Amino acid sequence: MRVGLFIPCYVDQFYPGVAKATLELLEKHGVEVDYPLSQTCCGQPMANSGYERYGKASSELFMKNFGGFDYIVAPSGSCTLHVKDHVLPKEENAPKIYELCEFLTDVLKVKDIASTFPYKVGFHSSCHGLRGLRLAKCSERMDPEFNKPLSLLKQVKEIEMIELDRKDECCGFGGTFAVAEEAVSVTMGNDRLADHTRNGVEVLTGADMSCLMHLQGLIKRQNSPIKVMHIAEILNGNPVE
Amino acid sequence: MKTQSHAQAAAEFIKDDARTHWHDETLWHVRQKRDLSAQGIPEWETLRDTASATKDYVLSHLDELLEQFEANALANGVEVLWAKDAQEHNEHVYRILQENKVSNIVKSKSILTEECGLNHYLEDKGYDVVDTDLGERIIQFAKQAPSHIVLPAIHLKKQDIGEIFHEHIGTDEGASDPKYLTEAARQHLRKKFVEANAAITGVNFGIAETGGFVVCTNEGNADMGTHLADIHIACMGIEKLIPRATDLGVFLRLLARSATGQSITNYSSHFHKPAPGKKLYIILVDNGRTEQLGREDFKNSLKCIRCGACMNTCPIYRRSGGYSYNSTVPGPIGSILSPGKDLKKYSTLPFASTLCGSCSDVCPVKINIHEQLYKWRQVITENTDVDASKNLAMKVAGYTFGRPVLYDLAGKMARAALKITPDSLVYSSINVWGKHRNLPDVPKESFKEWYQKNRKS
Ligand code: SF4
Repeated sequence: MRVGLFIPCYVDQFYPGVAKATLELLEKHGVEVDYPLSQTCCGQPMANSGYERYGKASSELFMKNFGGFDYIVAPSGSCTLHVKDHVLPKEENAPKIYELCEFLTDVLKVKDIASTFPYKVGFHSSCHGLRGLRLAKCSERMDPEFNKPLSLLKQVKEIEMIELDRKDECCGFGGTFAVAEEAVSVTMGNDRLADHTRNGVEVLTGADMSCLMHLQGLIKRQNSPIKVMHIAEILNGNPVE
Repeated sequence: MKTQSHAQAAAEFIKDDARTHWHDETLWHVRQKRDLSAQGIPEWETLRDTASATKDYVLSHLDELLEQFEANALANGVEVLWAKDAQEHNEHVYRILQENKVSNIVKSKSILTEECGLNHYLEDKGYDVVDTDLGERIIQFAKQAPSHIVLPAIHLKKQDIGEIFHEHIGTDEGASDPKYLTEAARQHLRKKFVEANAAITGVNFGIAETGGFVVCTNEGNADMGTHLADIHIACMGIEKLIPRATDLGVFLRLLARSATGQSITNYSSHFHKPAPGKKLYIILVDNGRTEQLGREDFKNSLKCIRCGACMNTCPIYRRSGGYSYNSTVPGPIGSILSPGKDLKKYSTLPFASTLCGSCSDVCPVKINIHEQLYKWRQVITENTDVDASKNLAMKVAGYTFGRPVLYDLAGKMARAALKITPDSLVYSSINVWGKHRNLPDVPKESFKEWYQKNRKS
């Protein structure tokens, strides 16, 4: 099994710790990981802003870097969804891209994550992973319950998962939306944050660092004691910083 | 005049934080009621699949079904009129009113007549159109437009309504008890019903097989109007068809639950033929619908049954209010319908979304709303000159992301720049991100740099 690690551009630049945790976590579970060095960005920021046509060069580069792998894994639901829908060719033997959690549950079928995390944790269910990749059953649909990220977090020892009042409402990041619709974006983020705070969350986690960056920005500005960690860091057993 | 962007209008709305949160909670409550009632239906997702497939069938056989509907309606003694646009629709209504010497008109809820600007048109001709849906009557008094397609006055608190009623129907000053206000409205409307000689209604479902149609209301106001008046004019968008009467059950079950969480709308009234001595007209309105039908990527927006669920669930709509969309149909569905009418005017609407996808999953007829928002964005940046600076930025980003060396360098420079720039500049008014949010701490190296040092042998 050849696994190519795709690290989204903003994670590469601003959250190298998340990328390291992803790499270590995959290796810990027996995966041989290759990280192509000339990778950049999947092109999602352009595409979601209405400039899909300017994403051609990055799509081609992506295929040059990852076209030869069986599996591509990325610690971001949003970028994974974009690559799946708009970058990878819709062909039988094209590589398959997985978001980290679904790779752990569906391909590696991890049953023992071997990590301890004695905190009250709130999970932010990022929309593209939730409703795009179907990492879990969203509250709108009436199918049987399932939740891939949560099934992994539940394997973590001493963790206490906190139930939120609105378990899967959007945080308002939305890429350029965060700036173009600043007022709504910030209000949405604050409302999500209030839900976590009200319910006693100590560490807020999720599978998309972009949403977490937005929430963390609010947290820091407001000097809230809530810590933010990517799910890869918790599953990898990283300490709270 | 330059129309306000959605973002500007939303920012205005949000200035009143308490009201924004009240609005959000009120609509979230409706969404929760919808969830609860949908949870009670084990075959909910099958219902959605069925409704969606039925509407797909309707859209791909619209010509045949419309002819069938017309033929059956004519055979039932209904007069059927066609209107290619709002103007023609309004003229039809006016002509019918003139021919029948109508003086008093009552109208139950119809988004189509709102879309056609019927009330204003008739008012200009000297008619007084009385909206009989309670919510619509409230905003009619207040000279406002609906802010929601199912709950037109949802932006108003009961105190606001008390004030409006005090001014227009003489309720006690300061009274805001909903029971008291509703009773006052009922008495007021009763008089209007009795005086009316024409009733205008919308149509929720037209049944091709029978030529009949169904109007759903919670207040029974469509029935009150049509039973008392001699003339019934039903205004119907051409996409409102369903093939057979047996399809109706699927839609009625979905509509009420999706809209308000009720298991059935209080009144689902079936109309087939005029009562003896009375007249029944159906006006079939296009007004841009065939054009939308011709747009492969956007045609299935016409499957909409106007339940409003996508508004109730939309985290942006809940926090920006219906007026921020500045279009007859607000919210997610409005944002994919309106650009087809006027790309420039509505160019900011498809961007008033995080593409969270909640709308598509809540929609009873499974319209892929968020995917269409994405597609409209592509159309808008290509066909309008709305945002030249963004265009350039995206072009540069696209170029950079296609070239690893440039990307690595740009990243390094950005991190370096952030590190040496004083906070006062980073969080200046130019930096919109930083108004209420900090930027991430800048790491000393990127992952790639770390990897090259530590992992590449
Ligand atoms: S798009 Fe779907 S959810 Fe929205 S109003 Fe129409 S039917 Fe209801």
